Amino acid sequence: MISYGHHRYPGRLFVVEGTDGSGKSTQLALLYQWLKSEGYQVFFSEWNSSSLVKDTTRRAKKRQLFTPATFSLLHATDFADRTERDIMPPLKSGAIVLADRYIYTAFARDVARGCDRAWVREVYKFAVRPTISFFFRAPLEVAIDRITSARPQLKYYEAGMDMQWSEDEEESFKIFQGKILDEYDHMVSEFGLTVIDATQSIRVQQRQMRELVSRHLKEKLKEKPVGTK
Amino acid sequence: MREMKFYGTALPGVEIEPYAGKLIVIEGADGVGRSTHVALLRTWLEANGHAVLDTGMTRSILAGRGIKEARTGHTLGKITMQLYYATDFADRLQNEMVPALRAGFVVLTDRYIYSSIARAVVRGADPDWIRSIYGIALVPDAIYYLRVHSTEELARRVLGSGRSFDYWESGMDMGAGADYYDSFIAYQKLMLREFDRMSGEYGFQVIDATHSIKRVAAQLRRAIAGVIDGDSRDKTQTTREPSKLSVTKSIPEIPELTKSP
Repeated sequence: MISYGHHRYPGRLFVVEGTDGSGKSTQLALLYQWLKSEGYQVFFSEWNSSSLVKDTTRRAKKRQLFTPATFSLLHATDFADRTERDIMPPLKSGAIVLADRYIYTAFARDVARGCDRAWVREVYKFAVRPTISFFFRAPLEVAIDRITSARPQLKYYEAGMDMQWSEDEEESFKIFQGKILDEYDHMVSEFGLTVIDATQSIRVQQRQMRELVSRHLKEKLKEKPVGTK
Repeated sequence: MREMKFYGTALPGVEIEPYAGKLIVIEGADGVGRSTHVALLRTWLEANGHAVLDTGMTRSILAGRGIKEARTGHTLGKITMQLYYATDFADRLQNEMVPALRAGFVVLTDRYIYSSIARAVVRGADPDWIRSIYGIALVPDAIYYLRVHSTEELARRVLGSGRSFDYWESGMDMGAGADYYDSFIAYQKLMLREFDRMSGEYGFQVIDATHSIKRVAAQLRRAIAGVIDGDSRDKTQTTREPSKLSVTKSIPEIPELTKSP
């Protein structure tokens, strides 16, 4: 049976989650730098990054071919490729894997698009359970403000335009992000997500993150220079 | 008109309502003659005035090309492959099959979810996991399973049609055998077992595909005519009701691997 839910691999998996504009990628990049400087072997895995599925996703977005079900399944395909190729092998070898967005992103987005909660969770049953899942929680207004001021043009699916909640892109984006945030809030207790208040300063958030991560680190996880005994 | 019924949770965004068409599935192992029969049925149905949509695996606009490219490169991991196929299926179901059924078409599908489930399970997937994913599938009006008795016979058919063994159809990704022939035999044997297991679960109507094409075609036509006409005679008829014509009560075991002569 292929199901990695209850893995006992020697490596560690830390994931960051949150709405667009919550600052999670910044935090993960800082964590990466710190772990590297401490001498750990660290791998990085991003959402939507499977080279195998990339062309299909790009074409589907451009031509607006997705339905909620195919959006969900193609992203699951992408995630499966990442799991099999980028996440499992380092974990088995005892390395640290950092993931920018994980299955909770799919649960939040797909359910916001009308997919069945239980079905989406079942689809991703093969996923490796993270050591810690950080949820960077920013109030809706803050996240929306960060995104809309940074990006002049919202993308079609990013704004949830396929759901026809509103003709107006920014309005649609707000509705979509609101639904996503509700789903995240539900998942905090369901999956034991570690909530980080994303309105705090970057430094404070990073300190909290490092403190929690360090509890799961061991000397033996450190990278051994090639050729030394 | 029949109410839409799904194996699990309905496809999100699809309104569940009665549909006028018929969803007819032709299942069976690689090389058993499915596509030949789909083509013959299509001609026959159209000659009788029925609009037909035929569809099959990897033909979706969304994912078909991507899957074919990945198959060629042999780069698909096991779980990734199952989900890619599920994406292809969901796209065809929602954008082709459901609209055609609503419009009153006879939808002939060369394979459905059962082949995908069998392929996943023989590759070690959790049978419940793959079944829940395909819970989005519409329950067909009829499922015809073209069955042969032995995998050696399947191998002869594949070779007889002038094709050589395909990498995936031979289970080469599983390392099922030392060479293409052995691998094909071992892999297809596992597949036949899975199909036989699903036969009762999903209500397959088993058709003995060792008979001549003509005879199998005639049997399929009679059975399908019953499905199409049955609707106007008896509104309560469901797919689970076995058709008198084509169901074999007990499925004979697949004989153990014998040395080829």
